[in-house]
Amino acid sequence: MNNPLKKKYTVVIVGGGPAGLSAALGARAAGAERILIIDREIEVGGILNQCIHSGFGLHHFKEELTGPEYAERCINSARSADVEILSDSYVLDISPELQLEIISSRYGYLNLKAQAVVLAMGCRERTRGAIRTPGFRPAGVMTAGLAQKMVNMKGLLPGRRIAILGSGDIGLIMARRLILEGCEVTGVYEVQPYSNGLTRNLVQCLDDFAIPLHLSTTVAFIHGRDRVEGLTIAPVNEQYIPDPKRSWEVACDTLLLSIGLIPENELSTKLRLRMDPATGGPQVTSTLETSLPGVFACGNVLHVHDIVDFVSEEASRAGRFAAEVAAGRRRPSDNIALQAGANIASCVPQSLSPDRKQTIYLRVKQPVKNCILTIGDRYEKKFRVLTPSEMIRLTLAPEVLDRYFGENLKIDVRSQEVA
Amino acid sequence: MYDVIIIGGGIVGCALARELSRYRLKLALVEKEVEVGFGTSKTNSGIIHAGHHSPANTFKGKFEWAGNQMWDDLARDLKFGFDRIGELLLALNPDDVKYLENLKKQGEDRGVTGLEIWAPPRIQKEEPNLSHTILQALHAPTAAVINPYEACFGLIECAQQNGAELFCGYLVSDIVKDGRNFTIQTPQQNFRGRIIINAAGVFADQIAALVGADNFKIVARKGEEYLLDRRLQGIVTRLIFPTPTANSKGVLIIPTVDGPIMVGPTADNIENREDLSTSFAGAHKIFESVRRYCPAISERDTITEFAGLRAIADTNDFVIGPTPIKGFYNVAGIQSPGLTAAPAIATYVTAMLQDDGLALEEKTDWEAEVDGPPHFAQKGKKERQAALMRDPAYGRIVCRCELVTEAEVRYAIRHGARTLDGVKFRVRAGMGRCQGGFCTTRIMDLLSETLGIPLTDISKRGPGSEVCRPRQERLPVGDQT
Ligand SMILES: Cc1cc2nc3c(=O)[nH]c(=O)nc-3n(C[C@H](O)[C@H](O)[C@H](O)COP(=O)(O)OP(=O)(O)OC[C@H]3O[C@@H](n4cnc5c(N)ncnc54)[C@H](O)[C@@H]3O)c2cc1C
Ligand SMILES: Cc1cc2nc3c(=O)[nH]c(=O)nc-3n(C[C@H](O)[C@H](O)[C@H](O)COP(=O)(O)OP(=O)(O)OC[C@H]3O[C@@H](n4cnc5c(N)ncnc54)[C@H](O)[C@@H]3O)c2cc1C
Repeated sequence: MNNPLKKKYTVVIVGGGPAGLSAALGARAAGAERILIIDREIEVGGILNQCIHSGFGLHHFKEELTGPEYAERCINSARSADVEILSDSYVLDISPELQLEIISSRYGYLNLKAQAVVLAMGCRERTRGAIRTPGFRPAGVMTAGLAQKMVNMKGLLPGRRIAILGSGDIGLIMARRLILEGCEVTGVYEVQPYSNGLTRNLVQCLDDFAIPLHLSTTVAFIHGRDRVEGLTIAPVNEQYIPDPKRSWEVACDTLLLSIGLIPENELSTKLRLRMDPATGGPQVTSTLETSLPGVFACGNVLHVHDIVDFVSEEASRAGRFAAEVAAGRRRPSDNIALQAGANIASCVPQSLSPDRKQTIYLRVKQPVKNCILTIGDRYEKKFRVLTPSEMIRLTLAPEVLDRYFGENLKIDVRSQEVA
Repeated sequence: MYDVIIIGGGIVGCALARELSRYRLKLALVEKEVEVGFGTSKTNSGIIHAGHHSPANTFKGKFEWAGNQMWDDLARDLKFGFDRIGELLLALNPDDVKYLENLKKQGEDRGVTGLEIWAPPRIQKEEPNLSHTILQALHAPTAAVINPYEACFGLIECAQQNGAELFCGYLVSDIVKDGRNFTIQTPQQNFRGRIIINAAGVFADQIAALVGADNFKIVARKGEEYLLDRRLQGIVTRLIFPTPTANSKGVLIIPTVDGPIMVGPTADNIENREDLSTSFAGAHKIFESVRRYCPAISERDTITEFAGLRAIADTNDFVIGPTPIKGFYNVAGIQSPGLTAAPAIATYVTAMLQDDGLALEEKTDWEAEVDGPPHFAQKGKKERQAALMRDPAYGRIVCRCELVTEAEVRYAIRHGARTLDGVKFRVRAGMGRCQGGFCTTRIMDLLSETLGIPLTDISKRGPGSEVCRPRQERLPVGDQT
């Protein structure tokens, strides 16, 4: 078990999904010398490997790719940029001195020192327990992502007659995928009065296949001792309490859950990074640095993205800043705190510096139509529709920021109409 | 011909099997589920009660304290999770204070050690996250937490290594008495035996009825439990009990032996003995109650929930003993504190069989210990390194939430796991916050590969609960024209 790894790296990246791969390229472009990506899967590429549908890469590569194709491009670029990749290896712990503890099936127990670390561990799906759906606990209840893995990577079907709780993008994509596999999809049930998926997916995955989307409804009971036999579906009131009097029964053998994603922050909490409850990820500065100097975060571990292209963009910046810090170069520290105002659920990063052009990512709390987004009093932008499911990405010129030295910069979305 | 056949592989059946395996007997345990412990013994609070709870002059009272004292040795020999963390029973109302005093006396009368009443300053010092409105608390250091299914696995594995035979997935459908012997019928095969022990849990009255030994009835009393995210781990360090009601011990806060906090159970009598469903009402009740004494606990931290059925006999006590049908014994109505009591019940029943004339000749080569699962996550750095040197499969993490390695999943399968739940309850793979979202397919692969069965035959917990379907349903042979 002679291992080819070095004891010290300039930048170590935890997670080899699109975020980790793009961070590595960003670090390389900024001149980092020794770059290592660690991923626990046998193959890097992250979740993209199971997303065999197309629609990836329109922004980043200017063409439409499938998930595995997008991943392959990132992997090839990383390899030709001499990025070391340690797969089938799990990062157990990171010390505040940036010493990483790793177990690897090939090389056993490893200890490495990094000058900078980029966290890119991705996210996981919320499960049944998180919403405490009443009923039995049969086989056939699973997250949409697990079903995606079964169908796309194992050639197995989760069942034959499928109901989907939650209108997240993975659920929508699986609705279409399972119809194409010859399954029946009874419908998508969403507790909110609006969908949680991208409009593109609503049209291409549900409407095109005449799959009904039931808003303001939920699964009130799961029937079946061994395998799912059916569901009680009920409309909910404003407090999301189901109304049993207006409920109906749906026969099915499978319930897929697409009820949200949660950043995978076990390592971050172990490191005691300051977290943002709104995103579920660490708080970061405009250089994507966390509360622990030298530790950066990007991709779904930072906040859940809906388009992988923006993951790559964000990650490549994280890699670049990590390389700079490793080389002892620091940008001026941030002096403007971003503050979520009216109808803003979250914003990343949490602070900014006026020394350069900045990219920020926002989500609204409630869907709104014909609205105006304002940042302080120097910036405003009109939007026809904003929904919680579509991340807003803005670039801000230094002029917008430099007047706010030492202040909170408040972001608001206001509108006359509720969508 | 078996000397003794035990029907039901819950904690009671497993404890009895191990106890009887000390002697030269031909012994079988017949269980309808795919694994032992998959009845009530898997779905409970996992508490070894301190010894003072159950009323005097009942089997419950007798065996609670006797059983409590037997678990240290069992845990050491069988390597399951066990920890004497102690218990605090809270007085929230002035009336409760009297109850604490009575309970303390009841415990002391039977020899329970260390009982102490704590005033608020002590409570706040020891458990700062409890509500500051608690009037008093009774501390019982003898209370423990246990991993109940690991205990079942350990007990049965020990019994098997000492010659007992285990038949899982065999549903007893009838029992016929012919002369002095019995024939137990299952769909797969018949078993002949001289002595039958009915330890069939919530179905024990139905099993007894097969031979006409049903002078009792069982009602199922459901309890729902909610397991919380590891974020809340450590919020209390002891078991927290409110003052109980007539039907149950109330909603407890349980620092489970594996770390996460669990809250529950409810107590509702139900008709259908297969009904393990959870409910909005149950969740509501549990979190409402718990918030009165630990305000920081919220339903938003739930990662999973489950329900279990207590087998309540109409005598409201354990039903243990011979029946008018000679050779047929009931060990039934084992409600709470049945888990606690099980080892004491096992020795009691063994002595009873001996008194009734069963010859018990001790084996000289009886082996008390088993190795137990190699919990990688609980090991220190040195041990982990050593494990990795022995077997590189320790370097492949299968379940990332609970840090379970491929080597452990292989261990589970070698030790009898045939299903996803079998793996999960043996080595915790799939038990963490993602609830199997990432590791299910990997575990399915390992099961399929090791057992040589197709992925489509892999189930959650036995036939009927298969996890997935083949892409193309194949036509039955001969139907292909
Ligand atoms: C099930 C699912 C389906 C999705 N489908 C779509 C879709 O159809 N279209 C779309 O645009 N977006 C989809 N997304 C969102 C998509 O995941 C992101 O856009 C993108 O893949 C995020 O990239 P990432 O690198 O941040 O995370 P990931 O792709 O999740 O990569 C994270 C990597 O880190 C590794 N890792 C984590 N912890 C450790 C550790 N401790 N040690 C070593 N390695 C570690 C993981 O194994 C993984 O390979 C989906 C997400 C999920 C969860
Ligand atoms: C919510 C809850 C919380 C509890 N908490 C505690 C606690 O903290 N501490 C404590 O001491 N006690 C507790 N208890 C009680 C404890 O769990 C039970 O007393 C104990 O598990 C009973 O064990 P058993 O072996 O009698 O029954 P079971 O575990 O139910 O075993 C009976 C077995 O018989 C099998 N069987 C039934 N019919 C047939 C058939 N026809 N053929 C073959 N096999 C059959 C079943 O499948 C089952 O495996 C709790 C109970 C509940 C419900």
